[in-house]
Amino acid sequence: MSTFVQQLINGITLGSVYALIALGYTMVYGILKFINFAHGDVFMLGAYIGFLAAVYLKLNLVGCLIAAMVFCALCGIIVEKIAYKPLRNSPKISILITAIGVSLFLENFMQLIMGADSRVFPRLIEEKNYHFLHGNIVVNNKQVYLLIITIILMIVLNYIVKNTKIGKAMRAVSQDMDAAKLMGIDIDKTISYTFAIGSSLAGAAGVLVGLYYNTINPLMGVLPGIKAFIAAVFGGIGVIPGALLGGFSLGIIETFVSGYGSSMYKDAVAFAILVLILLFKPAGLLGKSLKEKV
Amino acid sequence: MKFGKVFKRVVVFIAIFTLLVGSCLLSYSKSSSTIKLGVNLELSGAVAQYGQRALEGIKMATDEINKKGGILGKKIELVIFDNKSDKTEALNIATRLATKENVLAILGCTTSGATKSAAVAAMKYKIPIISPTATDDKLTLDERTGKTKAYVFRVCFNDSFQGDVMAKFALKTLKVKSVAIIYDASSDYSKGLEKNFKVAFTKGGGKIVAEEAFAKSEQEFSGILTKIKAKNPEAIFAPVYYDEAGLIIKQARELGIKVPIMGGDGFDDPKVAEKAGSKYANNVYFSTHYSGQDPDKKVQDFIKKYKQLYKNEPNAFVATSYDLVYLVADAIKRANSTTDREKLRKALEDTKNFAGVTGVITINKYHNAQKAAVIIELKNGVQVFKQKINP
Repeated sequence: MSTFVQQLINGITLGSVYALIALGYTMVYGILKFINFAHGDVFMLGAYIGFLAAVYLKLNLVGCLIAAMVFCALCGIIVEKIAYKPLRNSPKISILITAIGVSLFLENFMQLIMGADSRVFPRLIEEKNYHFLHGNIVVNNKQVYLLIITIILMIVLNYIVKNTKIGKAMRAVSQDMDAAKLMGIDIDKTISYTFAIGSSLAGAAGVLVGLYYNTINPLMGVLPGIKAFIAAVFGGIGVIPGALLGGFSLGIIETFVSGYGSSMYKDAVAFAILVLILLFKPAGLLGKSLKEKV
Repeated sequence: MKFGKVFKRVVVFIAIFTLLVGSCLLSYSKSSSTIKLGVNLELSGAVAQYGQRALEGIKMATDEINKKGGILGKKIELVIFDNKSDKTEALNIATRLATKENVLAILGCTTSGATKSAAVAAMKYKIPIISPTATDDKLTLDERTGKTKAYVFRVCFNDSFQGDVMAKFALKTLKVKSVAIIYDASSDYSKGLEKNFKVAFTKGGGKIVAEEAFAKSEQEFSGILTKIKAKNPEAIFAPVYYDEAGLIIKQARELGIKVPIMGGDGFDDPKVAEKAGSKYANNVYFSTHYSGQDPDKKVQDFIKKYKQLYKNEPNAFVATSYDLVYLVADAIKRANSTTDREKLRKALEDTKNFAGVTGVITINKYHNAQKAAVIIELKNGVQVFKQKINP
């Protein structure tokens, strides 16, 4: 029983990471209907900004989080303006290929300037372990931070989308871009905001992951990026609570696969889930299946 | 007008021709006055630390030899390539070094997988390849016939010796009877060490209570560690590279697993303690090629020289690579030729009682170095010499 609870805690921790990255995927998809494959690498950029802020500016956790979120937001806007905006009226496949190009560019650029070797992330907080049930269940404070920050960011995001003017604009653009334009909504500005918010969440995730595993490298965004994409599809891509549900489910499933089966199968199971979801409920768990507009 | 155009073309042609011939002549004259040695190392990528440290050792030894006048009156020239910790790249580089760069021998790679891959080219083009640290048993043996590969050598011990040493250490020094194993199923090194440890440990009366595999570049070990914790092993054996080693130690200690954690020479890097955190880097033991705390004069001189050059503590990768260059230089001298690869191969095979920093090396009939292993303990993240185990 205690092993089960411990595995659940491990799974929730991993799930928080996936959920944070998945939120960015889902937002961009929800509004532009395309998958930003460079999102996982923005997550890696966030980790490096956190690392630089902690080592050279001696900032604390909150400072590093803010630095990474601001920088990644800017990065998101720049990437959108340079790489995606000129292709907005091109076929979806062109944007998808460009996104892969941006992803490879970011990975190799970071390897060039920061080196390909992994780095040790500084210890920003005093590590503490909490023991329950005679030490059979251990929770450390970094896990708590990870979960709490994920939930706070998710609540803030939900508030922005539901209750603010820019959120209303986002929802309008997601329904019908042309009609929104006719109603006087600035499409470019709305899309920039979307990228800024999505990327800043990835940046926050980068810092938190750096803190949790205390190791970062230029290719750290590849696998979590794909996993977060699966999580977004699992929960229903374009649906914000879906990303959270998908992220936590995937984290827990993976941990149980390695805890009760073998660690070798966990990636295979993650991809099998993607295939099954696409086969039986293409819109995801919380997604509504829409008929294609003609 | 037309004549001007033709004239221009002729001038350009002559200029290019002179440059080409000139550079060929230049490189020719250069190569004939030096001994070219190829270097094929992991300078970037997943195990970049190993390659970078190895290169420091190689450069240091080369500079020393060149300052003393070189070998047989010729200086050593290193032709250095980065294989990016990638097996395919290691093979490409070995091919290039053997054919295009025309080197006498190839030094590297540091890991078993990359060296095995590079060895394919070495066998094809009949050029000796000598690894400083690749420990996989099968590296120097033909998989089908079981015979020694003629052109593949190493100046370190192999995994069956390392596995034996750690099994003996677990049974006799730590006095543990049950061990859980975590290994990287995508690494030849990890799989080899896992197998050899298991055989030696069970033969000695121990029991393996859990065997957990993971795939390359894993970061999240708490799932398998929680599973292992429930089985209550008396120790954990994790034959992995430094990146995973640090994470496994840290996550195990965070989950409240207090038993000893053991590993192989893959643990020999300061990053292990940095990643685990000095608070958690306790009760960790691993076998390696050399210890800086060895009081031997040769070792202490080497450490002093290294510290002056790099302002850092040398690890086993620096030391074995340093020995590698001296051992090859010694073989070239005995072969009495700076161009004949076949003579060098023969001389390498005949190496006996070569006194290096990492011990007295004799190349046995399997092309492995026979020498003692050292066991190191991590105490609050600091490496402490524990004991020396002879073959």
